[in-house]
Formats: sequence, C-alpha cells, structure tokens
Amino acid sequence: MRDAAVELVRATKNYGAVKALTGVDLSINEGEVVAILGPNGAGKTTAISLMLGLRRPTSGEVRLFGLQPTDRRARSRCGVMLQESGVPRLLKVAEAVDLFGSYYASPIPVARALELAMLEDRAGRRIDELSGGERQRLYYALAICGDPELLFLDEPTVGMDVASRHTFLKNIREFAGSGVRTIVLTTHYIEEADELAERIVVIDHGHVIADAPPADIKARVPGHRVTFMADPTLTRADFSGLPLEWLDLSGTSVRFLSNHPEDVLIALIQRGIRPVNLEVVGADLEEAFLALTNPAGAAA
Amino acid sequence: MSTIAIRSASPTRRPAPIGRTLYKQTRAQARLLLRQPAMSLIAIILPVLLYLLFGLPHASQAYSPTVSMGAYMLVGLGAYGVGLIMVFTFGATVAMDRGQKNDLLMRATPLPPAVDIAARVLVAIVFAIITLMVLFAVAFAAGVRFEPATWFAILTYLVVGSLPMLGLSLTIAYLISPNAAVAIVNIVYMLLAFASGFLVPMSQLPNLVQQAAGYLPTYHYGQLAWSAIGVSTESVVVSAAWLVGYAVVFFGLALWAYRRDASRRTG
Repeated sequence: MRDAAVELVRATKNYGAVKALTGVDLSINEGEVVAILGPNGAGKTTAISLMLGLRRPTSGEVRLFGLQPTDRRARSRCGVMLQESGVPRLLKVAEAVDLFGSYYASPIPVARALELAMLEDRAGRRIDELSGGERQRLYYALAICGDPELLFLDEPTVGMDVASRHTFLKNIREFAGSGVRTIVLTTHYIEEADELAERIVVIDHGHVIADAPPADIKARVPGHRVTFMADPTLTRADFSGLPLEWLDLSGTSVRFLSNHPEDVLIALIQRGIRPVNLEVVGADLEEAFLALTNPAGAAA
Repeated sequence: MSTIAIRSASPTRRPAPIGRTLYKQTRAQARLLLRQPAMSLIAIILPVLLYLLFGLPHASQAYSPTVSMGAYMLVGLGAYGVGLIMVFTFGATVAMDRGQKNDLLMRATPLPPAVDIAARVLVAIVFAIITLMVLFAVAFAAGVRFEPATWFAILTYLVVGSLPMLGLSLTIAYLISPNAAVAIVNIVYMLLAFASGFLVPMSQLPNLVQQAAGYLPTYHYGQLAWSAIGVSTESVVVSAAWLVGYAVVFFGLALWAYRRDASRRTG
C-alpha cells in the first residue's frame, strides 16, 4: 500500500462566523492525480491553503507526507502554483526559475523546466513583459522546478486560450508520469478535471459532497448548457417530461442544463418550438452546481 | 515519458542547503533593487547631494577645535544616508512584495522566511557601504582627512548602528497598508533624521526638539557614529546600550507585526 501524501482529518476552518470548511476527511495517496472541484467560496481554496500550511485549521489535522504542512522537509517535496500570488515582476523568467530551484535540494535544470513549461523562448524576458498565459506557464515552471513529488496546481489554466490549454494539460499529464508524482489541482472546468484526474473531490458549502472517479461525478452533473431564443409564450409546461436538470425562462431567452441536450431539442422541435440562436456548450461545473443548489431555479 | 522522468528515486528528500538558497535569494534581491533606480539611486545620490549643498560651503569651518564642519557633516549625512537605506529602501521592498502578494507563493515554498529577510538585510548592508564609499570620496575631494582607522570606524559604526532601524522598518512594512507604508516611512524618517541632527547640527535645533531627541533611536545612532571622530555627547557604551534596547523593541514589534499580518491574511 502507498503512503498518504496529503491527509485532512476532520479539518474545520472558520473565518469568524463563516464556516469555510466543516469536518473534511480527505486522504490523497502518493501517485494519485486528484482534482478538487467546487463553486467559488465552496472551500476549495481554503482546503488547498490548509494543505500548503498557509492557513491553520480551526480544528482537526492536516498532514503532508505525515508531517506538519509548514515543515520544511514536507515543503521540500512539494511544488506549488497559486492562483492569487504574484512573483517579483522585475526578475527575468530564467532568473525566477533559477531562484525558486534554489529552494529545493535537487532542482531540475532551468532550461529543462522552461522547456516543460513551453517558455524556452521567453527565458530572458522580464516577468512584467509576459502575457497572461505566459505568466501562468511561468508559475507552472516555478512549481515544477524543484522536481517535486507532490504538485499543487490552483486553477492552472486560467487565462489560457483553448489551444495552449490543451498542450499545457498534456504537459502536466506527462510530468505526472503514471503514478510517479502526486497532483492536487483545483479547477472550475469539469473537462479539465476529466482530462487530468483519476479522482474528483467535489466541495460545496465547506463539505465534501462527492469523491469519486470522473465518470461517476459527471453522471451526477448536467453536462451541457443550452441557450436559445423562443416565443415569449413558452412555459415550463412545454418542457414537461424532458431530461432537464435545470431550466430558466426569462422573456424570450431560454436556458437549461441537461445531460442529453439533443433529446430535449428534438422533443421541443417535435412540439412545434423553434429554437433561434441555439447554443449548446459544456456546462461549467460552477454554474451547474449553482443551479443544483439553488431551489428557486429548480427544474421543470 | 522517459524524458520526463527526472525525479530521483530517493524516497526521503533533504531540504536544500541554506547557503545556496541565501546566495541566490540575495542575488535576486540585489537585481530587483538595481532594476528600480528610483529606489537604489535615491539612496546613493540624496546624501551626496545634501552634502554638496549644505556640507561643502562650510567644510573648512571648525565644528570643534579638532573637527571641521565638513567632517562633522560627513558623519551626519552618512547616518542620514545609511538610515534611509535601512528604513526606506529595505522596508519599501518588503511592503511592495506584500502589496503585490509576491510573498504568498514564497511562503508556500521551502524558503525559510528568515533566509528571505537575511537576503534583504545583506543587500541593504552592501548598498549602505556603497553609499558611504561615494560620500567618503566626495568628502575626501573636499579636503576632509582622517586616519585610515578613523575612516574604518566611521564606516563600521554607521553600518552596525543602523541595524536596529531594520526592525522599525519591518514593523511599518507589516503593519501599514503597502501603499501608505512608503509615504509614512518617508515622513517619519525625515522627522527622525532632522531631530537627531543629521541634516542640521543639534545646537541649531529648537530647545524642545533637543530635549526630546535624547529618546530617539536615530539620536543615539548619530552619537555612536560621531564618537568615531570624537564629537559625541555621550559615551559609546551609552549609545550602544540605547541601540541594543531599541533593537530588541523594534525586532519584537516586527515579529508581532509579521505574525499579525500572516494570521490576518492566511491565519
């Protein structure tokens, strides 16, 4: 059996009267790739902060490799990409990677770290001259430059376009190897979690509400968001019996969430409804959860 | 896949050697300061400029039977310049990193906070020495002469005596909002420097200021430095004792402010 890289034992975190995390039990084994999903304010940032030792739990315990998360021996085995943090902007890209590498015993060579982060041609650039996507890749380079066993990635693809996001996720997957490194990532996007993770932990209102492989989780969350314009006389009754998870009618605009959008649309057209400006997109998880946890927008 | 498998197989990994981390952190801090000429150059130019304006015209006049006005003001403006680096340059970089949240990621890495502070202190000391060298050269050109041992004593007293002010600077950097910190530090320091006779000889200051000055850290810092050329109003031991006391107070406050800041933002 493999050892736990990250352990939360009945971890609770309150900010004054606000309960950010309530009695969370979570154990992530070495070699696992785990995505933590949840809407903003659900507690995933708090969970990551506890794991990193940036915050202390109000009660319960947090351990990294069996040590306190603030222990330098534990931190020396971790690489971190933090959404809300900056780096000194006047350093050059290669200088920053070299600096962060010096925090670890056996860093990856700077050139190699830049290559893995697709930043070879930006080595001499100053950080304040980078684009949003490049800066995100720099944060990734800083996270991996210490050759970490455990990698924390907080919203790693924010600010990237679709193409670079795809390549970037592929790089992360390769870096993770197969059971070689442990990865904990937070994200809004279910596709991203699906592509990378073998296990998804969903946090909402400070509780773990799901902890399962991606396929199981996806089955519980409406996969697509459909929007179109229709006659304002359309009512909820027109949608009765259709496989919807959530429906919103306001004026001529119609929005719904469904795992089977094509079935719904075929049925609507058969009922004589003509969807104009039709758009079907993968629902992002945050929206889906908001819908599911909001009784006022309950499904038809 | 094989190209990616860099990781060493050793299951228990040691932390990085502190010496290497300190060296790289210090180099990075020095680069950051050099790339902000508004901060690095002002600290070097300002004391020299003030010396040229106010020191040189009276350089050959006598301050005491053995010490010229030029020598007296050299030490005063040296104290002003080094203090400026310790209070302003050093504190402003800490406050700015805090403002840009650069410290958040660093806190999650294995970098010990003490190493980060030590790197900043080393850079401040190097900058202080550079500032003094420039100022010494200007004074020498203006005809100020000391024994080599005296030059060395002035330099040592000015650098070592300024260290307690790092604590004051850190306290302000962690206590006050990063935007306000720079302005407040400047005003506070200007008042301290003025009241301690760095810019205008003590004897020309209002009586009330002269009496209050005896309680200021910068006053005893100035007296320590002036003792190197024999024009101090108190013994070296008294100056040193005051400065050690202030160091304890300031670094105690800094530690409290650091923890308060850390628990507010990440508690």
